Amino acid sequence: MNTFLEEVNEKINGVPIQRCYHCRKCTAGCPMTSAMEHNPNRVIKMIQMGRREAVLNSATIWLCVSCETCITRCPNEVDIARMMDVLREIAIGTGVGAKEKNILKFHEAFLTNIRVGGRINEPSMMVHYKLKSGDLFSDMAMGMDMFMKGKLSLISPRTKDMKSVRRIFEKTKQS
Amino acid sequence: MKVSYYPGCSLHGTAKEYDQSVRSVSRALGIDLEEIEDWSCCGASSAHSTNFKLSIALPARDLIAAEKKTQDVMVPCAACFNRFKTAEHHLSHDPALKAEVEEIVGGRYQGSIAIRNPIDIIANDIGLEALSAKVVKKLAGLKPASYYGCLLLRPPEVCRFDDAENPVLLDRILTTLGAEARPWSFKTDCCGGSLTISKTTIVTKMVDKLMKMAREAGANCLVTACPVCTANLDMRASAGAKLPVFYFTELAALAMGQEGPEGWFKLHQTDPRPLLQGLGLL
Repeated sequence: MNTFLEEVNEKINGVPIQRCYHCRKCTAGCPMTSAMEHNPNRVIKMIQMGRREAVLNSATIWLCVSCETCITRCPNEVDIARMMDVLREIAIGTGVGAKEKNILKFHEAFLTNIRVGGRINEPSMMVHYKLKSGDLFSDMAMGMDMFMKGKLSLISPRTKDMKSVRRIFEKTKQS
Repeated sequence: MKVSYYPGCSLHGTAKEYDQSVRSVSRALGIDLEEIEDWSCCGASSAHSTNFKLSIALPARDLIAAEKKTQDVMVPCAACFNRFKTAEHHLSHDPALKAEVEEIVGGRYQGSIAIRNPIDIIANDIGLEALSAKVVKKLAGLKPASYYGCLLLRPPEVCRFDDAENPVLLDRILTTLGAEARPWSFKTDCCGGSLTISKTTIVTKMVDKLMKMAREAGANCLVTACPVCTANLDMRASAGAKLPVFYFTELAALAMGQEGPEGWFKLHQTDPRPLLQGLGLL
């Protein structure tokens, strides 16, 4: 049985995270630390200590915006942005789910929109997200304003060869 | 020059003024755009946040379609550009993944074409002299803070067309158009775009900080090359912090005296026309 550290490293498939010597450059540059309960450096430490549940149940892994400042500045080339993706994948795959539910619901609405039409249609994706999240009324006025300006295209061209798009989703489906 | 063109989903929707201004400016500069046939979405943040293989396979489908023509592909959306470059990076460094993705997509990926952003093509291939020769109305009085955001330049070994901490190409383009690009330290600080719908409160703080810092640097507008940044900056700034936000190609079209800019400016959340009228540019 793999340790949590080994599991994460295997999925990152790059520089092992024990190369981190905790200089905290990642954390100094991270734009989201003030909103996170564990900063990126601490997440690395927690993985090293095997604190699997605490990491996978944290809001931190969902709040990471993938700005890639951490990997750009890491002196040891630890791909922390990829590590956050891996942690989200493990949380979904093992049924832990997402501490920040609406962030995952947004991703699901976005990907469903691609699976159905090959390309994003912004209004239909937003309606889907609003129904899933229950956050029905925020941004309503802005949406109307954009619609009146002609910025929202209710119908936009979609991909014709949908068979190939559906095949990609089918073959990359995670069990 | 002839290039393939991948507009991406936003440019057919809320960023239609970016699509139209890229096409208009390209035409004037002799860049012939050929849209990739039957392209599909790159998957953006949502694919890589939840499913690594999907996040490589979706852009791989488009790259394979683009490779039917032996010419570079222009990708104006910074988010699509980043996903394309990331897919290229993984496919060329990981043979096992490449074989698997080729099977998933049902085609061979050769890695034969370069993925290019319009900033890179205009500054490096067309050149600032050729751009300068097309300027008929110098954008005097416009003081933009050039905002590159995250996805054009990070990580540097993947994106590599300008400095990752202090990029300058967009500033040079704006200076060539006659604007006075302001030096500032927040060119590549994140605006929080990927959480703009699901975590609005956090994102508003990030956007307001950028607006405040741009003002402190003496800027009267922000300029981007990304539909996610633009939508986020333009929608989420608090009432007192707002500055107009432009796509750099809108300003290029304005300086080149092209038809179109006024119609595009009407689509912005923060109306930039009063600023431009005040400077005698509209």
